[in-house]
Amino acid sequence: MSLKTEEMVLNLGPQHPSTHGVLRLELKLEGELIINVTPHLGYLHRCFEKHAEAMTYPQIIPYTDRMDYLAAMGNEFGYVVAVERLLGIQVPERVEYIRVIMAEFQRIASHLVALGTFGNDIGAMTPFLFCFRDREMILSLFEMVCGARMLYNYMWVGGLSHDLHPDFIRNAKEFIPYFRPKVKELNDLLTGNKIFIERCANVGVLPLETAINYGTSGPVLRGSGLKWDVRKNDPYSIYDRFDFDIPVGEGLVGTVGDCWDRYYVRVLEMEQSLKIIEQAFEALPEGDVTSAIPKRIKPPIGQLYSRVENPRGELGYFIISNGAANPFRVKVKGPSFVNLEVINELCKGHLIADVIAVLGSIDIVLGEVDR
Amino acid sequence: MIYDYLAELTGSGILAAIISSFIPLTFVLLFALFAVWLERKVSAHMQDRLGPMRTGWHGATQTIADILKLLQKEDIVASDTDKKLFNIAPFLVFAGSYAAFAAIPFSSTYIGSNLDLGLLFIIAASSIVVAGILMAGWASNNKYSLLGAMRSAAQIISYEIPTVLVILSIIMITGTLNLATLSEWQTGYFWNWLILGGPGLSVGKFLLIPFMFSSFLIMYTSTLAEVNRTPFDIPEAESELVAGYHTEYSGIKFAMFFLAEYANMYAVSAIVTAIFLGGYQSPIGYLGNLLGISWLVPVEQFFWFAAKGIFFVFVQMWLRWTLPRLRVDQLMAVCWKYLIPIAFVNLIIVGLITLL
Amino acid sequence: MIQYFKNIYSALSTIAIGMKITFKHLFVPAVTIQYPDVKPQLPERERNRLYVNIEDCIGCDQCARACPVSCISIETVKSIPGEDLGKTSQGKKKALWVTKFDIDIAKCCYCQLCVFPCPTECIYMTDVYEFSEYERENLVYDFVNLTKPEREQKKINYAQFEAEKATQKAAAPVAPKVEAKPVPPVENSEAK
Repeated sequence: MSLKTEEMVLNLGPQHPSTHGVLRLELKLEGELIINVTPHLGYLHRCFEKHAEAMTYPQIIPYTDRMDYLAAMGNEFGYVVAVERLLGIQVPERVEYIRVIMAEFQRIASHLVALGTFGNDIGAMTPFLFCFRDREMILSLFEMVCGARMLYNYMWVGGLSHDLHPDFIRNAKEFIPYFRPKVKELNDLLTGNKIFIERCANVGVLPLETAINYGTSGPVLRGSGLKWDVRKNDPYSIYDRFDFDIPVGEGLVGTVGDCWDRYYVRVLEMEQSLKIIEQAFEALPEGDVTSAIPKRIKPPIGQLYSRVENPRGELGYFIISNGAANPFRVKVKGPSFVNLEVINELCKGHLIADVIAVLGSIDIVLGEVDR
Repeated sequence: MIYDYLAELTGSGILAAIISSFIPLTFVLLFALFAVWLERKVSAHMQDRLGPMRTGWHGATQTIADILKLLQKEDIVASDTDKKLFNIAPFLVFAGSYAAFAAIPFSSTYIGSNLDLGLLFIIAASSIVVAGILMAGWASNNKYSLLGAMRSAAQIISYEIPTVLVILSIIMITGTLNLATLSEWQTGYFWNWLILGGPGLSVGKFLLIPFMFSSFLIMYTSTLAEVNRTPFDIPEAESELVAGYHTEYSGIKFAMFFLAEYANMYAVSAIVTAIFLGGYQSPIGYLGNLLGISWLVPVEQFFWFAAKGIFFVFVQMWLRWTLPRLRVDQLMAVCWKYLIPIAFVNLIIVGLITLL
Repeated sequence: MIQYFKNIYSALSTIAIGMKITFKHLFVPAVTIQYPDVKPQLPERERNRLYVNIEDCIGCDQCARACPVSCISIETVKSIPGEDLGKTSQGKKKALWVTKFDIDIAKCCYCQLCVFPCPTECIYMTDVYEFSEYERENLVYDFVNLTKPEREQKKINYAQFEAEKATQKAAAPVAPKVEAKPVPPVENSEAK
């Protein structure tokens, strides 16, 4: 004989301290167990794709910054790679190396935000501050190069807007040995903590089949056990010259594909990014960064889809050009938008506190989900 | 005691009782002022930042500024709430926390009321808080608050059991529930404290030490859950339920909840020190005795009591800023599957040792 | 059973490790800069409020065209022959009166795309970041240093000059028309 209880609908509304942005999650609860989660999007839609039809190709770059504002260099990288492939131009070696350095620093900064806010949602408020303190150092590095801390407009089609500043090189080389012990401290404080493990292990397990069927990418897919990284499987720019590892979730504490695995994949990726930056600094050639920027960007008629590895997953740009100075259509495949789909699968049968943990481990940025 | 002294002074028992009950109130208010500042500074320095700096020397008057702000805020009462319950709830919560101060010995000459059932009274009186929290959650007409209040009620009721089990083992050793006699019993230097086995020098004392330590840990953890502090702070979990059962309160009622929380924190720290760490006894002897000034001794005792209480409040804050939060079912599992069995085993072994 | 005691042990030990770390951090000096009293040191390439050195502006409109949010609006008036507008700092002679150079700094997205096309480098980004206003209209910066009557005057002057030229042309004898040669069709190299 089973008790018929009423289903309660709870709104984890657009204004909430833990939904990383303005996201509305409609939870159908039975007591404290979740039956269904429906995300409602669109609160941050700013018509990026429509704007892009009215701008020239260089003018779109500040707009691409603002989609995933926590990983702006990654967005710019994806866009300029797409347009350069459409134009068929080759950029100087120095430009390639600097772009890789910037993208990897941005990856570290973005993962620091993800880890810090994840800890904050779980209740550990101190690692959040520690992560942001380290992120400040990276942001001031970016400020030395291009003058802005978060929305850079640094990577241009065919080159960069400024060359590296000598302050940047010096401070960046000092940052790498400063940061490695901080990762260890974060692991001691948060990753190994028994209470944290109890909260995250075996919660929100994403089986590999489901992950592939939903089309997830990035740490969400790698946390479920698949070694898939656009930098290795479909190399762009000069990533095939670097020697780095791709961390995969192995179920060290709990099952493969749970929240802890996704979290730990991000921690390990930060270390790998440091490795790439060290190799890039060693091999950095001399040269001019603005020499290959075309005066007029008018790609031939055609269309192209190109993808890069953003900290949150595979960011894809599909550009249709009809020969004019403005693109005919720019479609962006935002990784957070695709990854957000799996939240319904992951949350079934868990408690409300677990919804917060799962959402934090998927690591979405609403700017990218809504564009 | 102070009550007798005041009764002589004013000649009326009722007046003496009233004045005697206001003295801990002033202490609690002053302590809350200090504790809020301490929490903000401690949390700030643990996170490599500064905390309040601009109001007074290093933000010392920040709490007063906050209280003035809260006092002049609009008292928002949502439309569909149960108004009577909504208004009474914060005061009930504060009354429950404050009632415990009646039986706490601040020094050898001051105790609010010298109950022979001191510990039992404290545990019973501080359970009124549950009623207040449930009223607050229900009367807010808000699903989040209701959830928070339910969780809080379950949490507080469950965690009283390990506390009571530890108190049972204390009774077996000392034979009294009166906190004043308990503190008096632990005279001498710090090796006479209960956490190190109690006064006297016998085999039993040394056998008791590990079990006293584990009793101390169990009691500290369960009282941490009683006051809803991290890692047990799901009722007021900021990132999950916005602010749990006090989401809908504003102004002076919110200040009451805050005050009640800090009063409760001090009350449970005071109980833990009174039982295990000798209450107001000094670990190194009295300056008054050394110098021959007899009235200095109670003052010193008060100072030691306040210092030990504040130290444990500091440890509570330290734990809050280090640890993540436990989920509801894990919290219940910790209580029922870990703390209670261990407390039972403790009880049995302590009982066996006292037979020696 | 063993798992039970392992759980207790790992809980206590990881909590102790965490507490040690936060206790150590109590004694690490804070990284906060107390802002209004102490201002941070900004790097030299810092990109904050725009500034236009209107003496150098030749009115070419490149910055307004480069801006992705259209926050710069420029209006120019041709000068009549015989007027001396002065030279830019690089020695070039100016030929246009700039009668309107408004930057709506509230719309500006600080992307720096207007700085690069300027031929005289008269528009650049300074490191000023404290420029809040109480009224939104005050955020539209007007860089032209002519007064309103002067601007009207320039427009009237040019309109008058054009009108005179038109009347002169109408009064002059008509020059013989040259026969137009047929224009050969241009090869469309991008034929698609």
